[in-house]
Amino acid sequence: MFRIARKKVLNFNTVEYDIEAPLVAGRCRGGQFVILRVDENGERVPFTIADYDRAAGTVTIIVQTIGASTYKLSLKNEGECIADFVGPLGNPTDLNEYENVVLVGGGIGSAVIYPQTAELKSAGKKVTVIVGAKTKELIIHEDDFRARADELFLMTDDGSYGEKGFVTDALKKLLDRGGYDCVFAVGPLPMMRAVCKLTENYGVKTVVSMNSIMVDGTGMCGGCRLTVGGKTKYACVDGPEFDGHLVDFDEAINRSKIYREQEAEHYCRVTGERK
Amino acid sequence: MNDERKNPVVRDASVRSRDFEEVCLGFDAETAKAEAARCLNCKNAPCRKGCPVGVNIPLFISLVKRGDNAGAKRAILADSNLPSICGRVCPQESQCEKLCVRGIKGEPIAIGQLERFAADNARIPLEKAPPSGRRVAVVGSGPAGLTCAGDLAKAGVEVTVYEAFHKPGGVLVYGIPEFRLPKELVKREISSLEGLGVKFVTDAVVGKTLGVEELYESYDAVFIGTGAGLPMFMGIPGENLNGVFSANEYLTRVNLMKAYLDSSDTPVYRAKKAVVVGAGNVAMDAARTALRMGAEVTVVYRRSRAEMPARAEEIVHAGEEGITFRLLSNPVRINGENGFVKSVTCVEMELGEPDASGRRSPVVKENSEFTLECDMLVMALGTSPNPLLTSSFKKLELGRKGVIVASEETAETSVKGIYAGGDAVTGSATVIKAMGQGKLAARSILKSFENA
Repeated sequence: MFRIARKKVLNFNTVEYDIEAPLVAGRCRGGQFVILRVDENGERVPFTIADYDRAAGTVTIIVQTIGASTYKLSLKNEGECIADFVGPLGNPTDLNEYENVVLVGGGIGSAVIYPQTAELKSAGKKVTVIVGAKTKELIIHEDDFRARADELFLMTDDGSYGEKGFVTDALKKLLDRGGYDCVFAVGPLPMMRAVCKLTENYGVKTVVSMNSIMVDGTGMCGGCRLTVGGKTKYACVDGPEFDGHLVDFDEAINRSKIYREQEAEHYCRVTGERK
Repeated sequence: MNDERKNPVVRDASVRSRDFEEVCLGFDAETAKAEAARCLNCKNAPCRKGCPVGVNIPLFISLVKRGDNAGAKRAILADSNLPSICGRVCPQESQCEKLCVRGIKGEPIAIGQLERFAADNARIPLEKAPPSGRRVAVVGSGPAGLTCAGDLAKAGVEVTVYEAFHKPGGVLVYGIPEFRLPKELVKREISSLEGLGVKFVTDAVVGKTLGVEELYESYDAVFIGTGAGLPMFMGIPGENLNGVFSANEYLTRVNLMKAYLDSSDTPVYRAKKAVVVGAGNVAMDAARTALRMGAEVTVVYRRSRAEMPARAEEIVHAGEEGITFRLLSNPVRINGENGFVKSVTCVEMELGEPDASGRRSPVVKENSEFTLECDMLVMALGTSPNPLLTSSFKKLELGRKGVIVASEETAETSVKGIYAGGDAVTGSATVIKAMGQGKLAARSILKSFENA
């Protein structure tokens, strides 16, 4: 059992948790992920590590309530336990070779780019951050980014905060300005695809983080397979980060929809809602 | 004396194919005694030579004949740790029963069924030696790890087993379905090990959560029994369509995650028409699982019936349950619609010259393409060892396909004090073989402690 040391509601459907998992906290690095199960009947769901505290032995994850498992998790309170929490899985992010990076976070993807922002900054690199969300209240960690990024651009789809538009609108302006040697993009698949299409025109290396459907996270099920540069790769052991210009996003988007119908049905059963 | 081989009680195919309860219910006491009475108690016991761990088969059968099930179980336990499990999943027809003298002119003794009967019908409390002060880490809780842990614990060693999944048992819980191996049995084996003081640490991926070096430093010896968990695919067009799964994924969702129950949060694909590629035990398990999940199932295999590697009983049961076999056929491409699998195109094969494995290798027949409609395709083509642990600890010498090299005499790897066994060493093999290697490693570890 793994205790929830801290729970913070970030907005109406996003919650941040610090989970007590000393072994994971002791070894994890930015870009890696964990798999958790809420309870004995729970499914195994992967979450990217948003932060960690080695001294306290806690690992931070940010969870958007979108299905049955995340709904069940959202009902758990501080001090309560979840059944399983395993990691750190996948490979850590490695942006060391780049000097001037643009980090792009869409939705809760901005939680994933935060550890990189901090890491690059402490390595003395120049860091530019673009955070996008549907609307103002879905923007997370604004203060943290403000404190660390050299430049921060906030984009909302509805213009309720920052600038109205998509992350790609802000990114295009930066790329036109030039000087960047890497873009690191994390967010919904269509967003990452759009970012990669854009950066391809500028010839700027782009790294994306793939959050595929998986069971074990150790290479055993093959459920997370995707095509990268014409070859089949496993997001869990070969990734989760890949050269975005080589990823077959259309296939990845298709594969992300495999259980959509069943998940909707199960969510209704768990929440008692009718379809 | 009725001389025919006795058949166990098997649930009716039309009933069992709709649920996940055990297919074969085994012998009752009377039938077991009658079957045991068929044993000739051969002095040279050829059957024992067919058993990878050398169980004293004539002895345990003679005890079953006398009605001494506890004695019979004790006789088996001298060489084997998981008799209830082996009685159910061993390929007896190609091991002990293959060499049975009664099989020359008639039917061999039902050794597997008798083993299961004795094991299921007696409880033997495991005895434990006083603490030796030694500590051993076991990585992986499948058949090899459980066996090694058990033998060490009985000798007074303090054992900790590390398991990557949330539940111990390895392939016994994620791979082999409930209808062939009730999970209650696996649970019983694990709790008896806990009774011996074995500690299980789940959610621990060695190589990620913990390093092999750490275990090596903090324990007196390490046993690696991480299995062969990487699924193989064919590399044909359409394999990444939705609805194409590795048998590992499909079976794990159903068995370990219990996706067949309404209470489980894990989704599973509910196919109407499923095609399973392969003919090993895993293929039979996947096919019969898909059937129980409501699909019409076809098994496609590139060789003929004689080469099918699955246990004979599973193939017979699958046939009785209504699974169609398209033998001498091989998929060449998978066709989709809107991103989901719609059909699979195959070619017919014929058998040519024997290959390195001694099996006649299949050759494509010209102009023989045909298409099977399906909304799910499960690849059960075998597995290879997972490089996750070995890539994090480079000192271990590796062999072909990334298997860990371990001595056949001692199970010790290229690193002193680190032992390995099971599929991680052999590539995909059987439960009993893995168990045998777990036993060998435990013996070697204990010997190394004596000599130290």
